[in-house]
Amino acid sequence: MWVQAEVFLQTLVAGILLGGLYALIGIGMTLILGVMKIINLTHGQLMMVAMYIAFWLFTLFGIDPYVSLLIAPPLMFAFGMLIQKALVNPVLRVESILPHNQVILTVGIGLVLQNVATILFTSDYRSTPVDYATTAFYLSDLWPGTPVEISLSLPWGVSFLLSVVITVLLWFFLAHTDTGKSIRATAQDKDAALIMGVNVGLMRVITFGLGSALVACAGCLFIPIYYLFPALGSQFTLIAFVITILGGLGSTLGAILGGLILGVFESMTATYVGMGWAPVGRFVIFVAALVFLPGGVASLLKTRKLTK
Amino acid sequence: MKKHLLPLAILAVLAGLPLLGLNSYVMHILILTIMWTLAGMAWNLLGGYCGQVSFGHAAFFGMGAYSAGLVHLHLGLSPWWGFLASLPLVALVALGMGMVVLRLRGPYFVLATLAIGEVLRITCENLTDFTKGTLGIMITRTWVEKTHYYYIILGLAVLTFVVCRLIVRSRWGYYFVAIREDQDAAESMGIDTTRYKTIALTVSAMLTGLAGAFYTNYMGYIDPGVVFSLGEISILIIMVVMVGGVATEWGPALGAGIMVILAEYIRSLPLIGVAYQTMFGVLLIVIIIYLPNGLVGDWPVLRRKLLRRGATA
Repeated sequence: MWVQAEVFLQTLVAGILLGGLYALIGIGMTLILGVMKIINLTHGQLMMVAMYIAFWLFTLFGIDPYVSLLIAPPLMFAFGMLIQKALVNPVLRVESILPHNQVILTVGIGLVLQNVATILFTSDYRSTPVDYATTAFYLSDLWPGTPVEISLSLPWGVSFLLSVVITVLLWFFLAHTDTGKSIRATAQDKDAALIMGVNVGLMRVITFGLGSALVACAGCLFIPIYYLFPALGSQFTLIAFVITILGGLGSTLGAILGGLILGVFESMTATYVGMGWAPVGRFVIFVAALVFLPGGVASLLKTRKLTK
Repeated sequence: MKKHLLPLAILAVLAGLPLLGLNSYVMHILILTIMWTLAGMAWNLLGGYCGQVSFGHAAFFGMGAYSAGLVHLHLGLSPWWGFLASLPLVALVALGMGMVVLRLRGPYFVLATLAIGEVLRITCENLTDFTKGTLGIMITRTWVEKTHYYYIILGLAVLTFVVCRLIVRSRWGYYFVAIREDQDAAESMGIDTTRYKTIALTVSAMLTGLAGAFYTNYMGYIDPGVVFSLGEISILIIMVVMVGGVATEWGPALGAGIMVILAEYIRSLPLIGVAYQTMFGVLLIVIIIYLPNGLVGDWPVLRRKLLRRGATA
């Protein structure tokens, strides 16, 4: 009985920690989706690039991945702005039959990023062997008589806390700065924002940069606890859009909740069904969201507010 | 009669090609080209005419391939029965998917198609008892020589061409284009958009499944990483259509020819050969920015540009 409870609680904790990081990936995607109205299918690949930056900083200069948080995201911010200016904007102007050209474009960018990474760094699995990787806290240290034993790994805990901090900073930026407000205005109604004097084109560029920087943060937080290889990106692109659907397209709060739900759900699938099935669980929750809740968690929040 | 002249002439040339006694490498390239043409035409019906871009045609391709592999593995039948087995299976999955996802507007369809290919791959990798997992399925090929395969895939491609042409020129085809151009307007004209999008998806998926079943018979070996691959199948199908020309009759054939030859060529180069998909990515980006409607679709623009350059020089 206690053993089962222990397994369940431990899975729950692991799920929430994972979910916090997922939320960060999801927010970047949902911001871009909200402002640009395009799905960024190269989101995971951008994270992969950031992880390689953090990896090489660690391997060559011994810079801790958490310190890379100050280096990789600004670089990716610039890179994201470049992608938007040089590639996405020209496509937005081109007349074509298919409405989804920008989406196909992001797939092309993703292909290039992933394969260039393969050429440069080979497809070997890599990781940053930080010396605190196996440090963990135990519940029994705090409460000796506890009936269930739960452990909390130090890097997981730190990554989770930092992702919460970054999310709060982002919220502050979006809610209380002029640029942040302009971004939200662009997402809500592009034309109205334009009339109000918002530089919509600039906001788009900044948003793509911001989304890239956020996913770069997630990459830096992931690398101490995960491993890295060039094809990793596509997996995280899938995760990012499942979170986006789950949370509701373009909703930041939704993305946070969606990330947490997905993290817990995946962790449960891995424990109770089997490790290999976690991606299928991801799909099940995706289809369930499409069938029963196409607006995502955000639509639930909205209806609650209205009935009150 | 005149409108059938060009296809018939091309068919006659293609049917006569093996008589020239081409070596087996050239035959291989031809077979691959025709197979990708088939898949491209199928994708084009849904993506080009109906405007529903699918990033997951590998799902249907893979299901076709696995139908052929599984009837051989479990029922001991010839893998050629895979063609028959694949049709109901693929149709069922496509119908189910259409009813769930095509009700919704926006990017849901794109996302769902992307997910389904990946999920089928993972499912196939995990159901080790049923599909042999990542080991894959090996079959004995019926013929060593390629001529038979050539005529079979040519036959299938002709079938696909005829089906697509009939649909595009029928009432359904006009519905598809109406949906692509403006879904609200189509709806207000009384077109049941969900229904016709689902029809386009199902037909497209079944045809793609046939290409998959052929792949198993021709290659003799399949594994989940190859037939459900996002980069090697789904994206390649899109590229075939994008390069050749979206919503054109001959675009997929031209695109398939270019892509297959290009892939073979780049793969033979030292160093960058390993990552030939980089070139695919670059090509895709260039095509989308400069020739968004493909070589066939943007041919008038292209010709004007070339002529002008010729005139000034």
